[in-house]
Amino acid sequence: MNRADLQTMAQREQEKQGKYRCRLLCCASTPCLSSGGAAVQQALEDAIKEQDANAEVAVVSTGCMGPCSRGPVVTVQIQGENDVYYENVTPEAARQIVADHALNGQPVQEKLLPSDLPFFAKQTKVVLSNSGLIDPERLEDYVARGGYLALAYALREMSPEDVCTEISKSGLRGRGGAGYPSGLKWDLVRKAPDDKKYVVANGDEGDPGAYMDRTLMESDPHRVLEGMAIAGYAVGADQGFIYVRGEYPVAAKRLERAIRAAERRGLLGSRVLDSSFSFRIDIRIGAGAFVCGEETALMASIMGRRGQPVPRPPYPAQSGLWGHPTLINNVETFGNIVPIIEHGADWYAAIGTEKSKGTKIFALAGKVENTGLIEVPMGITLREIVFDIGGGIPDGREFKAAQTGGPSGGCIPAQFLDTKVDYESLKALGSIMGSGGLIVMDDQSCMPDVAKFFMEFCMDESCGKCVPCRVGTVQMYRILQRITDGSATRQDLQNLEELCTMVRETSLCGLGQSAPNPVMSTLRYFREEYEDHINRRTCEAGVCEMTEVPVLELVEELPRRIRAAAIRNQ
Amino acid sequence: MAVITVTINDELVSGREGQSLLELVREQGIDLPTLCHLDGLEERGGCRLCMVEMAPGNRLAAACVTPAQEGMVIYTHSERLVKYRRMILELLFAERNHVCAVCVMNGRCELQYEAYTIGMDHVRYDYLTPDLPMDASHDRFVIDHNRCILCTRCVRVCDSVEGAHTWDVMGRGVNCRVITDLNQPWGTSQSCTSCGKCVQVCPTGALHAKGSTVAEMVKRHDFLQWILDGRENHQWTMRNGEPMESGR
Repeated sequence: MNRADLQTMAQREQEKQGKYRCRLLCCASTPCLSSGGAAVQQALEDAIKEQDANAEVAVVSTGCMGPCSRGPVVTVQIQGENDVYYENVTPEAARQIVADHALNGQPVQEKLLPSDLPFFAKQTKVVLSNSGLIDPERLEDYVARGGYLALAYALREMSPEDVCTEISKSGLRGRGGAGYPSGLKWDLVRKAPDDKKYVVANGDEGDPGAYMDRTLMESDPHRVLEGMAIAGYAVGADQGFIYVRGEYPVAAKRLERAIRAAERRGLLGSRVLDSSFSFRIDIRIGAGAFVCGEETALMASIMGRRGQPVPRPPYPAQSGLWGHPTLINNVETFGNIVPIIEHGADWYAAIGTEKSKGTKIFALAGKVENTGLIEVPMGITLREIVFDIGGGIPDGREFKAAQTGGPSGGCIPAQFLDTKVDYESLKALGSIMGSGGLIVMDDQSCMPDVAKFFMEFCMDESCGKCVPCRVGTVQMYRILQRITDGSATRQDLQNLEELCTMVRETSLCGLGQSAPNPVMSTLRYFREEYEDHINRRTCEAGVCEMTEVPVLELVEELPRRIRAAAIRNQ
Repeated sequence: MAVITVTINDELVSGREGQSLLELVREQGIDLPTLCHLDGLEERGGCRLCMVEMAPGNRLAAACVTPAQEGMVIYTHSERLVKYRRMILELLFAERNHVCAVCVMNGRCELQYEAYTIGMDHVRYDYLTPDLPMDASHDRFVIDHNRCILCTRCVRVCDSVEGAHTWDVMGRGVNCRVITDLNQPWGTSQSCTSCGKCVQVCPTGALHAKGSTVAEMVKRHDFLQWILDGRENHQWTMRNGEPMESGR
């Protein structure tokens, strides 16, 4: 296939789609599927068949549309009209939507999602521009929306060096969390002297509550593949790996299909788009270890070794998979490549702040009205995310903190709600951008308890290689456990703080280095809560039961307990 | 080989390019504690005892896995480093059941030595007291998981020197354990050659010879250099010219 064939294919598909007067887009990504999306789609198809409207109404199963807590979501696209969204669609409602809206143009009021919802209005869809609009299992759908043209353009009009320069110019930074400038990394791999190089997409998204990468892989797999192919061309690699978390079977299946479809059409594999560039992509499925999201552990896992990090340097760009230079980026980073090549670096650099360009996808979760997947320009304030897009805190409760970056991140209290969300500002507050999990907490959340939750996660997920992370996380968890059950002393708090600093500074990889972050940031902003737990043995949020006493006070406590038990037995 | 200059504890020293910081520091006669490192084995960088402070910025780096570079300024025994080393040792003692008084390596144990040297007199953290088994199914050797610090010297020596790869690690975090074959009793292992290298390199009493009781086990690390020198130079004598005595 060459560029002309690609355009023909796009044209043919557009014509085919144009034949339908009405298209019903039914979300088929994991959140909607788990709330009954498959039955809704079946009901839509059945209803159309019953009404004998196959020629004018089409049902398309698409990727994520965003408002995941309101799933299953269905979009009605009628030619010449604005898209209409329906929430919480049931099979009965689906039949009604077909009968009333699709065929007679009368929207079904009770399930309607208001179209002027700030949830949609405040978002900027760059990476997710196709998500929710195309069928992720059909290559034609992607091509009809201009897919693979960026790759064709790069292969024909740009040298590998040009591509790297363009990425550098765009100001794109790694979306995995640390924010390393992507163009710089690409250039390092491009300049590394070796015949064999690799490109790796990190889709081992493990933060609790985060599902940005999953959604991108499920909703628009070809965009990730195209981004990887452009990267392969830019750095001189002919082999790519996409590492998908074992818990993401739908994403893996759709990627597998996408790779096969692209290979069949000559968009991947040998001689991509009839050029001299060859690029093969293989999928590697993880086996459930959080640490495999760390790049060196991920590469060990791809090579079939035990998923444990190794000290850097050497960095993957110098010596990665099987000792060859390896470009490793997050799936979302690869999702940004196509728009940069398509619209140019200047267009991209106009979005965002001075140091953080472009958009960021967040998985908005916790105590907000609208939870779901959002894509916002960098530099948006937390207040806009939580109160405009998220719709505020339900039940009239108070906002307490927002947790970003998962177990490696921290909590941002209410006084910093007007902080701009970018890499530097979040870091200054003791949190991190992270991969994009954003959990909102109200006044019913107890901060030591939140810290304990994340510490337990890190303790379970520590690989066991270095001592500070392996044992330090256990000790920190035990102290937090004592704080939340009422048996902690002031010495415990001091030990906890010491351990936090030590583990952060001496651990081998990012997991250990960032494991104390949730504790440190909550100690920084909510120290009085910790002190209340220890000194007054009270939990203001009412989460912790505080039934224990410090060991030294057991002498007084035990007779009291025995008396209480005796009274109970009488 | 290019010569480089590095400042260690405010003193200028010269080293060779490609050398690790640990090697360079030790060449200066500075005692930097290590547990996972062993001359002759590939580095692991897991015990974090050999961390040094690098100026500017006072960033910490593990000396065993950091190549020495021209112009580096490092400190090996700052107050912070000594404090962290002590904490790491305390964590190790708290992790498993290290009861020196009844250990076969009492008096010769590297973990005990490091703790003694740094002046660690008590442990501030909870003893985790895990319920760990011993495996005495092998004819000549015993593995006592209670004493293991997961330095993986046994894993590395078995893989890279003996070439058997009998040992490996299973589990995650604090539940990690070294295992023989696919977690089968050592005595039934098909791959084990009973060479005893793992026992000789083990820093603690985790691996020891059968029949030794408290403080009786003597280990010789120097055999490793002897084997490696022998393989490279076809010269089967010890570094000081004496042949290796057999039976040790």
